[in-house]
Amino acid sequence: MSILIDENTKIIVQGFTGKIGSFHAQEMIDYGSKVVGGVTPGKGGSTHLGLPVFNTVKDAVKETNAEASILFVPPSYAADSAMEAADAGIKVCVAITDGIPSHDMIKVKRYMRRYAKSEKMTMIGPNCAGIISPGKSMLGIMPGHIYKKGNVGIVGRSGTLGYEAASQMKELDIGVSTSVGIGGDPINGSSFRDVLARFEEDPDTDIILMIGEIGGPQEVDAGKFAKENMKKPVVAYIAGLTAPKGRVMGHAGAIVSAYGESAVEKVELLKESGVTISKNPSVIGDTIKSVLNG
Amino acid sequence: MDIHEYQAKKILSDFGIGIPRGGIAYSPENAEYKAKEVGGSRWVVKAQVHSGARGKAGGIIVCNDALEVARAADKLLGKKLVTNQTGPSGKIINRVYIEEASDIERELYLGLVFDRGSECIMVVASTEGGMSVEEISNKKPETIIRSKIEAAVGIQEFQAREIAFNLGIETDLISRTAEVIEGCYRAFSELDATMVEVNPLVITKDKHVLALDCKMSFDNNALFRRNDVAELRDKSQENPSEVYASDRGLNYVGLEGNIGNIINGAGLAMASMDMIKSAGGEPANFLDIGGGATPEKIVKAFKLVSSDEKVKVILVNIFAGINRCDWVAEGIVQALETIKISIPLVIRLAGTNVEKGNKILKESGIDYIEAHSLKEAATKAVEELKKIEIK
Repeated sequence: MSILIDENTKIIVQGFTGKIGSFHAQEMIDYGSKVVGGVTPGKGGSTHLGLPVFNTVKDAVKETNAEASILFVPPSYAADSAMEAADAGIKVCVAITDGIPSHDMIKVKRYMRRYAKSEKMTMIGPNCAGIISPGKSMLGIMPGHIYKKGNVGIVGRSGTLGYEAASQMKELDIGVSTSVGIGGDPINGSSFRDVLARFEEDPDTDIILMIGEIGGPQEVDAGKFAKENMKKPVVAYIAGLTAPKGRVMGHAGAIVSAYGESAVEKVELLKESGVTISKNPSVIGDTIKSVLNG
Repeated sequence: MDIHEYQAKKILSDFGIGIPRGGIAYSPENAEYKAKEVGGSRWVVKAQVHSGARGKAGGIIVCNDALEVARAADKLLGKKLVTNQTGPSGKIINRVYIEEASDIERELYLGLVFDRGSECIMVVASTEGGMSVEEISNKKPETIIRSKIEAAVGIQEFQAREIAFNLGIETDLISRTAEVIEGCYRAFSELDATMVEVNPLVITKDKHVLALDCKMSFDNNALFRRNDVAELRDKSQENPSEVYASDRGLNYVGLEGNIGNIINGAGLAMASMDMIKSAGGEPANFLDIGGGATPEKIVKAFKLVSSDEKVKVILVNIFAGINRCDWVAEGIVQALETIKISIPLVIRLAGTNVEKGNKILKESGIDYIEAHSLKEAATKAVEELKKIEIK
């Protein structure tokens, strides 16, 4: 098993016929992901990359039974596309788009409250690299070949820092069950805690790596959750030790504005929750190895 | 994006919130004229810079006649104001705000922010206005009132009224105070703000509720639909390198160290800075050139980082995924043909086609130091710095 996606997950691409959508759809197909079509309003009925294009997500779901989608829609339309996916019955939606206004994300999350838990879409992102269950399926923009299949679950905000960690792990012959990028925005679809809860239930995941950064309460909340509800060990690295207070460090959400949001404070609070800390980014692989070896 | 006090007050006023009479001035003569135009017998001359704590830094001067106003304006205009929020270089005062002095009975604190935990808009209020919210949380935490507003339905009158009652506002002024809170909420939500802070919100002796000072920040991601807000940007208040970067699609934050960084991805950039620190160095900047790392962006990044006089060594750390190291390496070689770098350069490539990438760099004849891991890159950059310092 793995979490969120596997080799059977049927995927549609929202913003399919655009340059970026096309490029990454092809990458996903080449990786072996089951892409079954895409949505571009106004281009329904045509074919792109040998797959059907639909006007609406509802049409796409009806014709293909797709259960996952990935968004390559410009920021001003992305929130609308996410809500359309939720309404069409998509179960997992990854929003790659960077630059969605925070007020729009709040709207998306409130909109999704109308669905019963069993019907509710899981949104991952925005401003993220997506999800990969190595050897099974890729619903994202990562270089698939740097992930070895294995038993470590990864959840992180950053794309390239996640790649750094995965490649350190691969060099040490450590593999990944699923890697989930929750993105760098202040309001996101799924939190660290949401993803930890899924890894705890996944029989193929034995240990979880959490790659956090400055800003917001999510890393510390996830630590508390791990302490109270998880049996599996959690290893964490928090980026941004040298980040000044009150400045946005690239990711819209990477800003220290309150107590518990700096890297030093997060590390302290996570340690109190029993999370093993990778003291710098060059020893993430080694730290996981030492925890795996007990 | 931050704006000036006078701009924020204009917005408050548009949302029905009372502000003292005032006007903006660009010269001492202009200031004297404005004081007369505003009227009254006492004025406050306030430096307009993007920072709080201006009073303590000498940026706010109380004056008793129009001539004093002119002198105060003369003293402030064209100077750099250094507050505990601006950093040591301070921020330039290009204009002053001349405001009628208010007779204050009570000073309150009112702030609105996104609460990332509950994903609501949080109203924070306190009876201890005039202090920063951090100071209030340290010294008088019991006075802080918090109220979560559900963004989908907006603030309700009872919520605003509750806050006003909890602030101990006298009965006659409750509805007026509640209107101020509701007005701030509407400004926050209708203009895509990320922060609205009225500090202090005052009750005057003649029983007016006035916003005496105001700070606002806006969501950069929403500026595409907020022309009126985008127009308020004042680039003179931003670090010139940061303006250069943001105009070119790069994410840059200037810091105090001397190892310059060029990195793709915000998380990896923060991690590389941490690694420099752990190796005994100090980063000169945060720079994320984006996931793509195109040759054009690499050229711009080199220009930006090498123009910083503090920078003694440059560290390039690119994790190439889809964009492949060989392609990134060609971009670096091209960039170094366009721009000459005369200080040590440490380059670490990782990811797809890393061997090919390193081969291209080696064979190009560029003068650089190769590194293979994050740790090696940071260590070598710090070593180079030490060599320079010994010389």
